[in-house]
Amino acid sequence: MFALTPYIVLFPLLGFLILGLVGSRIKSEKLVGTIGSGVVGISFLLAAAIFIQMLGLEEAKREHVVTLFPWISTFTGTATSLSVSVAYQVDQLSILMTLIVTGVGFLIHVYSIGYMHGDKGFWRFFSYMNLFIFAMLNLVLADNFVLLFLGWEGVGLCSYLLIGFWYEKKITGDAAKKAFVVNRIGDFGFLLGMFLIFQTFGSLNFDTVFGSASVMSVGNPALKWITLLLFVGAMGKSAQIPLYVWLPDAMAGPTPVSALIHAATMVTAGVYMMARCSILYALAPTTLLFVAVIGGVTAVFAATIGLVQNDIKKVLAYSTISQLGYMFLAMGVAAFSAGIFHLMTHAFFKALLFLGSGAVIHGMHDEQDIRNMGGLKKYLPVTYKTFLIGAIAISGIPPFAGFFSKDEILWKAFSSDYGSVFLWLLGVLGAGLTAFYMFRLVSLTFEGEERFAHDTHPHEAPKSMTIPLIILAGLSVIGGFVGIPRSLFGGNAIEHWLEPIFASANSKLMISEYKVVWSEYVLMTLSVGIALAGIYAARIIYLKRIEIASALVERYNKIYSLLLNKYYVDEAYDAAIVNPIVNASDKILWKGFDVRIVDGLVNGSASLVAITAQWARKVQSGVAQNYAIIFIGGIVFILTWLLVK
Amino acid sequence: MISNFIVSLVTFFPLLGIVLLLFVDKEKAQIIKLVGFITSLATFVLSLHLYFHFDSQVAGFQFVQQFVWIGGLNISYHVGIDGLSLLMILLTTFLTPIALLGTWNSIERRIREYTMMILLLETGMLGVFASLDLFLFYVFWEAMLIPMYFIIGLWGGQDRVYAAVKFFLYTLFGSLLMLVAIIALGYFASTMRGGAFTTNLVELYSVASRLPLTLQLWMFLAFALSFAIKVPLFPFHTWLPDAHVQAPTAGSVILAGVLLKMGTYGFIRFCVPLFPDATIVIAPYISVLAVVGIVYGALVSIVQTDIKKLVAYSSVSHLGFVVLGIFAMTEEGMQGAIIQMVNHGLSTGALFLLVGMIYDRVHTRKISDFGGVAKLMPVFASFLMIISLSSIGLPGLNGFVGEFLILLGAFNSTLLDNHAFAAFAALGVILSAVYLLWMYQRVMFGPVREGGLYNGHTLTDLTRREIVALIPIVLFVVWIGVYPETFLSKSAEVAKRTVQLIETTQRGAPIRYADSPDSSREPLH
Repeated sequence: MFALTPYIVLFPLLGFLILGLVGSRIKSEKLVGTIGSGVVGISFLLAAAIFIQMLGLEEAKREHVVTLFPWISTFTGTATSLSVSVAYQVDQLSILMTLIVTGVGFLIHVYSIGYMHGDKGFWRFFSYMNLFIFAMLNLVLADNFVLLFLGWEGVGLCSYLLIGFWYEKKITGDAAKKAFVVNRIGDFGFLLGMFLIFQTFGSLNFDTVFGSASVMSVGNPALKWITLLLFVGAMGKSAQIPLYVWLPDAMAGPTPVSALIHAATMVTAGVYMMARCSILYALAPTTLLFVAVIGGVTAVFAATIGLVQNDIKKVLAYSTISQLGYMFLAMGVAAFSAGIFHLMTHAFFKALLFLGSGAVIHGMHDEQDIRNMGGLKKYLPVTYKTFLIGAIAISGIPPFAGFFSKDEILWKAFSSDYGSVFLWLLGVLGAGLTAFYMFRLVSLTFEGEERFAHDTHPHEAPKSMTIPLIILAGLSVIGGFVGIPRSLFGGNAIEHWLEPIFASANSKLMISEYKVVWSEYVLMTLSVGIALAGIYAARIIYLKRIEIASALVERYNKIYSLLLNKYYVDEAYDAAIVNPIVNASDKILWKGFDVRIVDGLVNGSASLVAITAQWARKVQSGVAQNYAIIFIGGIVFILTWLLVK
Repeated sequence: MISNFIVSLVTFFPLLGIVLLLFVDKEKAQIIKLVGFITSLATFVLSLHLYFHFDSQVAGFQFVQQFVWIGGLNISYHVGIDGLSLLMILLTTFLTPIALLGTWNSIERRIREYTMMILLLETGMLGVFASLDLFLFYVFWEAMLIPMYFIIGLWGGQDRVYAAVKFFLYTLFGSLLMLVAIIALGYFASTMRGGAFTTNLVELYSVASRLPLTLQLWMFLAFALSFAIKVPLFPFHTWLPDAHVQAPTAGSVILAGVLLKMGTYGFIRFCVPLFPDATIVIAPYISVLAVVGIVYGALVSIVQTDIKKLVAYSSVSHLGFVVLGIFAMTEEGMQGAIIQMVNHGLSTGALFLLVGMIYDRVHTRKISDFGGVAKLMPVFASFLMIISLSSIGLPGLNGFVGEFLILLGAFNSTLLDNHAFAAFAALGVILSAVYLLWMYQRVMFGPVREGGLYNGHTLTDLTRREIVALIPIVLFVVWIGVYPETFLSKSAEVAKRTVQLIETTQRGAPIRYADSPDSSREPLH
């Protein structure tokens, strides 16, 4: 079964090649959609088969590497020569990621058949989506850093192509470029991190690097820099402060793209990368603290912006940034499996919410402003119910999926040796805000009075769209059951499954044996209570007593516009970084140095020669008398000189 | 056996086309173009013999051919190749027919002379890469200038004369110093015990490295100036934007694709192995210029308003990577530099072709004159996207392999011994995405111009001929990106040899120039 691993990756590539090369000639949308979704479906089935086989194997035999061919190597043959292959590594972590990517990915592909119906770029859309799945699978299945980086940049490319999918609008082009460039800033860090890994370990293969790391001691300075640099990459890809600015703009792409790439899979790549490198992070406590703080602050920061946004997708975008913050909070307090658990449940409910918002936009004929919605539950009953499930799940209400994963993170943020009350408070504050903005969104979109024009005629989405919604809703309900903690009499299956992956890190961290303590129940009750309070407040303000909302806006006008304008971060970046660079390049470097100074010197020396020559050529006038005068003058000069000497 | 003269055959084969063209009526444009194209294509096919019979394991030069030219001075006609020259020769023979095919209808005046110039240029370039005698090398090096001068000066844009003269003077200035250095080197060879004047590169390798450091430094600089101008290394680059913008498309393709590589080729072939002690001293300084060039070229590219000028400045940035890779003096860096020379030839060559194709349609290259082109030219859009991504260094395409190896090599270089080189150079990775994608966005995305008119012309997608010219490049862009072993294995030996020379010199250096005399090295009298 393990031998089938490369095919998981190859099928989406095949789909991309077929659709990319001959897609424009395939007239039938159905065929394009079938090919596009089919290849991803096959990958999912293959992954599922391997997963089932792994379940039956004993722990030590669950890891397997399939090497295809050597990729980049130098031929020194010495210990430090570079040698990386195209090789795929199946283990407990990568198979889980593969199942999420292909499973959620398949549902979103199917959904897209309905959503993209009638679009002129239908085939182009599916070819890009398949390319994305291919790149993402390389990212999660790679057995070395360079191949991971191929996936890492590859998903960034697909993100670029898909954000800019409707390229005729200026805004999409800007958003696409911004996404790619900001990601590249992160990748700059990631690259340097890789170089430092190579210098430290003499290899870029996971096995060698992690193996050598497991005998190193905590606090190694090289590891501090390696982990920080890799995390810079994660900040870019997973939209954390200060590199999150591209993700809200990325909503300019088609909604299935937002669901797949900008919520469920690609943006979680940074979390996956950290989990994969857990042993390196375990040896760098400084970095862990840094990651936890960035994650916690991002979780709250993004949630506050989400409170006041009026674009249905923007709210979800900030929510995604905030939820990713939670995952990094988990990673930062060394709760690696909790982070991966939340990654999984988030993939379910955030994909669901985005696809639901897509159904709304579809049903409202491309309207995205929730101020022009309201009362839609009557027209889109399936979308409403599934969206509501997603909202409850993300708010962390038991027994929905989000509750278990989020609560696990909060508990670890509080109780872990690397956690603190401060980090826990950030998490709880974020949870309250999340519940509030989600139910603001639900209330304004689906409930209350209808605020759209009478000729809008909202309609429910076709089956190809609602069925994926229903499946994802189901997963958002039950998805958390794989991680029920022992305090609630569960077995925390997911933590157990991932244990071998994090064993080496956990032994370094000397994480104490987990015991059920009363404080866990107190905190659990507290966080659920805060979430419920958030929901209640949102329903009061946006359904029962709408005047409160406008009163609040009026009273706290400054704060409101600060949030509405996203803390003016984009403007600050433009003023402090982008514009100075562009202006200096234009005026100082190009027109100043190149044109004035260097060319000035070059042309100057040329004119000097020309001027001298102009003058000197007058000597050769062709007039015999002049020559005679110079001739005599010369003789006189020489004679005088000889006499004086 | 063909292997005995195959290098000469490849080198001079284009001249056959020139002879043929003398007998073709100058009015018969299609026949002239066909003769040019088929000649260059045949040259490519011939050069494949080199590829298939090249032995990657052999140290030193292969397919060597040598006979006396100027006996009294030990100057000989001496050609041969190693992995580095192999890749450069293949790049040249590959790009020339593509450049001709891709710009089939771009030239309208004096097509016969133009085609002759291109073929003459090809012979010149091939000769440069094949020469194993410094005098022969110099002859080819200068000979190549002449057709390039005419290509820019006769078939170029509005300011072609200024650009041609600037190009000519800049490069001539450098090469005169090189000539002095070559003669000096021959003279020093004759001053060695039992030595005689020679310009034989293989002999000089062992002679020159025995020179005292000061002499090495001067000679290194005399060679290096010439190469630095050709690369072009910051701040000797200002001839390049003018030359590129004014040159006709095929000229730009060859200029960027091959000519610039002669500078970096010269560093690896001459500067480093002839003057290893000087290399160790100078490497950090040249690397600083290289890194400045990477960032500078990229920043200036961002603000260009002319697409061709943007691509020209991007070359300054990309060639900076190559120079950095060379002077990192690690195997990764050297291998990366060599493969990046090929990569830059492919991707920048293709970029100039693409810019030329769109220019032929609408006679403008100003970015602000475009917008929405992707809608009208979807095939063109795909090609430009792939090539831009290759240039940006996206993993899976060729550019990444080169950049990655170079940066890795620079990062771990014991000679440079400072992470700052790689760190600043890696900024180029961010900036290349900025200038190329921004250009792409402004040209290709957005709404179509009113009435679909650009500078008063309509846009039609690529013709079959243009697609045929581009596909081979894209194939290699993917091939090198996915399976670079094919090419890395060819250059492994020369990279290893060069790096090891510097490493041993580095280890031995203090002994040689301090008190203890070294028997293997003779002092000058």
